[in-house]
Amino acid sequence: MAATTATTRLDAHALRADFPFLEELVNGLPMAYLDSAVSTQKPRQVLDAISDFYKHSYTNAHRSVYRLAERATEGYEGARRKVAAFVNAPSEREVIFTRSATEALNLVAYAWGFDNLGPGDIVVVTELEHHSNFVPWQYIASRTGASFRHIPIDDAGELRLDVLDSLASEGSVKVVANNIVSNSLGTINPVEKLTAWAHEQGAIMVVDAAQAAPHRSVDVQALGCDFLAFSSHKLCGPSGVGALWGRAELLEAMSPFNLGGEMIRSVALDKTTFNELPYKFEAGTPAIAEAYGFGVAIDYISEIGLDAIEAHEHELVVYTMERLAELDFVRVFGPPADRRAGIVSFEVAGIHPHDVAQILDWEGIAVRAGHHCTQPLMTRLGVTATTRASFYVYSIPDEVDRLIAGLHKVKKSLG
Amino acid sequence: MSEFEQLYREVILDHYKSPRNHGLLEPHDAFAEGQNPLCGDEVAVSVRFGDGDVIEEVGFEGRGCAISQAATSMLTEIVKGRTATEVATMQKDELLDEIGIPLTPVRLKCAILGLGVLKVALHRAKGTPLPEEWGTSSNEISLS
Repeated sequence: MAATTATTRLDAHALRADFPFLEELVNGLPMAYLDSAVSTQKPRQVLDAISDFYKHSYTNAHRSVYRLAERATEGYEGARRKVAAFVNAPSEREVIFTRSATEALNLVAYAWGFDNLGPGDIVVVTELEHHSNFVPWQYIASRTGASFRHIPIDDAGELRLDVLDSLASEGSVKVVANNIVSNSLGTINPVEKLTAWAHEQGAIMVVDAAQAAPHRSVDVQALGCDFLAFSSHKLCGPSGVGALWGRAELLEAMSPFNLGGEMIRSVALDKTTFNELPYKFEAGTPAIAEAYGFGVAIDYISEIGLDAIEAHEHELVVYTMERLAELDFVRVFGPPADRRAGIVSFEVAGIHPHDVAQILDWEGIAVRAGHHCTQPLMTRLGVTATTRASFYVYSIPDEVDRLIAGLHKVKKSLG
Repeated sequence: MSEFEQLYREVILDHYKSPRNHGLLEPHDAFAEGQNPLCGDEVAVSVRFGDGDVIEEVGFEGRGCAISQAATSMLTEIVKGRTATEVATMQKDELLDEIGIPLTPVRLKCAILGLGVLKVALHRAKGTPLPEEWGTSSNEISLS
């Protein structure tokens, strides 16, 4: 369902003026930053907004009655409204600020998993999961005695839904955890189908949108899922803050995750009552300015338009895969361009990704070399690591050309 | 000298393309394998002792970047004929001097992977000290 029919286009060359990191030259050229899947660079609009917030509106949120405290609280809660609208959440009470998408997924695994999983139950993840939506479930399954199963991929890097019936026959499926977009291969997963299947089993659907929300529109009501996690730093916002959306009735019924200040209604020596949503899950001073910056980043990318971003990245992926196909010493992993997001993972024959990335770095090209926090997937692909190029609003075809030239150099040097 | 020539010295490329003491020994007296979780480099090392705890034969296998594999190859040449105790207390600088290239902190982990794995193998066989960075942690998730 790639949006090749964009009505709006983004002008990457114009947007590049927003990004100060491009002003720093390497060998006379701006860095070809092809690692936006790991984290995106930040536009001036976000950087300035955070700085202004600290200068003019900063103190702790939800604490005091003076005007500054009101501004700080409004900045923080305004960001929550933006996050809620961004994923079409029915209510902002269902949006919990966390430290990261990882913490959001841990929150669900701990606070829902410990009370609802036990022997005979099955937790289903996929071979494409990032460790953040894999290891917490593996851990909670082992602690509660539940079984831990996975949906494998086919040779194109797409989920094999034909195994679902056999998984369902093994016991009571209670959790299905999947990402919308694979951070390693860029595969776009059939989350709506999986959600429908999860609900048929009486399971909850936990969606990792960390690699999707920055790049395509995400709508929790259209997906029909129960929980959805994503982070600020992958969509032009600051690091240190992420968000969990969850269905209010599930969040209400769940035990707290972190305990302490802010998450309480009343505390006595013999009894503590917890606060209402979303504060029940936000113990301690949150990342206030970062949450504010998260909201500004959402404004920034929403103004560009998620459909335009998706179309822009699709064009870059098509171009990258065409250019890589010219190189007989390069093998690309994952599905064809029309079924993947803005990520291209590949290997250079006989040369380890670390060496590839090292030589590309000398050309001012930043790519990721590693297992991308998906070791089970690397095992499935029969590699220890891959080299990955990924894109965002500031990425341009010229950077892909530099990558291709760099790969020729890699081959010449080490091949 | 270019950046490439500094890091990928002739000797590194030679060891990478023609690793010494390649292949695991069967039978062996000591064995360990390890990964560099950052990038997924893998090294397995096997050892046969001669008199006492003198390392008579050492063989390795691995998958990984040029630095990790070349460094392990060079290491096997250094440690032959030394005792397990000598190798267990060997400083990483001795290996790094031999490698002789400027390494960033990330690449340093690649370079000393083989040394760490070898020390673990010796620890298991002879009770020599473990390298600090490997600790004694055996935490893992085991599923029912």
